[in-house]
Amino acid sequence: MAERAARWLIVAALLALPWLLPMILPPHQAQFWTANVFGRAIVFGIIALSLTFLATYGGFISLAQMMIAGTAGYTVAIFVDGAVPAIVGGLSYAAAVPLGLAAATLMGLLVGAIAVRTRDIYLLMITLALAMGVFRFVETNIAWFNGYEGIRNVVGPRLFGYDFRNAYVFYYAALAVAGLLYGGVLYLVRTPFGLVLQGIRDNARRVAALGYSVALHRILAFGVAGFIAGAGGVLATIYNIGISPGSIGLGATVNILIMSVIGGLGHPIGAFIGALIFVVFDTFAADLYDRDRFNTLIGLVFLAIVLVSPDGMVGVGARLRRLLGVRHAAA
Amino acid sequence: MGLAAIVVLNGLTLAALYFIVASGFSLIFGLMRVVNMAHGSLYLVAGYVGYRVFEPLYDADVWWAWYAGLAAGIAFAAVIGALLQALLLSWMQGQELRQALVTIGVSIIVADQVLAVFGGTPRQFFAPDAIFGSTQVPLVGGYPTFRLVQIAVALGVGIGLWLLLNRTRLGMMIRAGVDDREMLGACGVNVPVVGVAVFALGAALCGLGGVIGSTAQPLALGQDGRFLLISLVVVIVGGMGSVTGTAVGAVLVGLAEQIGQALFPTYSVILTFVIMATVLALRPQGILGRG
Repeated sequence: MAERAARWLIVAALLALPWLLPMILPPHQAQFWTANVFGRAIVFGIIALSLTFLATYGGFISLAQMMIAGTAGYTVAIFVDGAVPAIVGGLSYAAAVPLGLAAATLMGLLVGAIAVRTRDIYLLMITLALAMGVFRFVETNIAWFNGYEGIRNVVGPRLFGYDFRNAYVFYYAALAVAGLLYGGVLYLVRTPFGLVLQGIRDNARRVAALGYSVALHRILAFGVAGFIAGAGGVLATIYNIGISPGSIGLGATVNILIMSVIGGLGHPIGAFIGALIFVVFDTFAADLYDRDRFNTLIGLVFLAIVLVSPDGMVGVGARLRRLLGVRHAAA
Repeated sequence: MGLAAIVVLNGLTLAALYFIVASGFSLIFGLMRVVNMAHGSLYLVAGYVGYRVFEPLYDADVWWAWYAGLAAGIAFAAVIGALLQALLLSWMQGQELRQALVTIGVSIIVADQVLAVFGGTPRQFFAPDAIFGSTQVPLVGGYPTFRLVQIAVALGVGIGLWLLLNRTRLGMMIRAGVDDREMLGACGVNVPVVGVAVFALGAALCGLGGVIGSTAQPLALGQDGRFLLISLVVVIVGGMGSVTGTAVGAVLVGLAEQIGQALFPTYSVILTFVIMATVLALRPQGILGRG
């Protein structure tokens, strides 16, 4: 009961955030927090959600998710009108965004199909190799991806007459997408498909013996994760007003993993918790240690989490609650 | 004909470098079951530390400057590898995914500290006079001597590793440890020390590759990601943990890269990944991997 109330409180807080922030912060800072901290955390969180979804319910740690997000971002940037340089162009956002999501889903299915016979660290290695391969291809190909420079000026659509570049419009759009996908994941894992997926995670042989196709379910799970990552990739591209190879490179790929692991791979909410922690560190590293040494700082945090609490902040929370619960019972 | 020969020779020299770097990765993976995601960072660190030693000696015009840089790079990488195993990885033996995550954490920190300590400037070693200049090769003509040395070093590494694993007492212990760690310990072997030795050796090979590679082509940030990727692909294609498999994988990837660049420059990367996907579809354990 208390948990349910807490959940609604968090939803209410997230919805009211753009009004709450100006009460405690000066106006320009409130806007900065809305878009550049919370908005960005939600977008990263969506991409991390695709990894956490696969890890939690499938048991696969895929390092290809940032690349898949980039596939959607690049597709939108290539086809949408107004992007610089115009590669294909001519499409409105209403057409380009679904195209990007479809491309990301396809890429997810493809990654799933290539990695279908591997597990654990082999899967980790193969998905990383695929991600780095696409990155190197995109970086060296001028004709389709404008090489090292990438594609700029993907400003985003106008939503109900509001400009997407408005911090609040962006925040609510990202929040709505994140909410839908998060709810979708929680729903999906209760469907027969989700149950079979969790069965495969726990014991693939038994599920196969029951007559389910293990390979098909695995590939489909990667397709679902591809769609989620694609949604995050489209938002990230619009947030950055464009996309360049750097945003799908090794650093970016590892960053998504860091967020998922810091948040915790045991529950989808971990993706968003991890993303928020990551973004807050990213934004305030300058005050903590040294702006340029952000990677050392986040690397140490990541290492500490892996060493001390492999189930991330979600695990820390669960352990604290258990600890408090025990005390309650004792009293 | 001449052009084709040059492309093939280029592919083989590149394959030699890939083999040196990937053999360390494969060794650690095959014997310790650890995916060392910090392997690329070791390449970077070895190159920069080696260069720090090499530069003043080279300016002083000492003939052994390059060799000193080489030794420093190898030693430094070996120490880091040994520390990684001794301090972080040894107490989570068997938790493969967690170990991979730890090495990712280490690679982030190491790459960032390299940037902090050595700056982002690209560096390149100058090979000593003895292995500098060009050599006449049949069909090809004049060819950089150092690249031929690269092939010789790779052959030396391959044969040395094979002899070490199959003909020495340490090799016997390592192979026994792969099959049954507990029994090896019961026989009176200090298993953790063997683990540290394997890690140091694998890292040292990466360090060797780091200095050799930074003599053939510039050393810069981003090379860590490149050589991690190469190591992954070579080991996935060739077969996990097999020295011969690593050699086969390195030759395939090196040749594919050079031939691809000669035939369709901006799409050459795809060829490497088509090879990888094909191998995975037909033989998930790699061409020479043990199923």
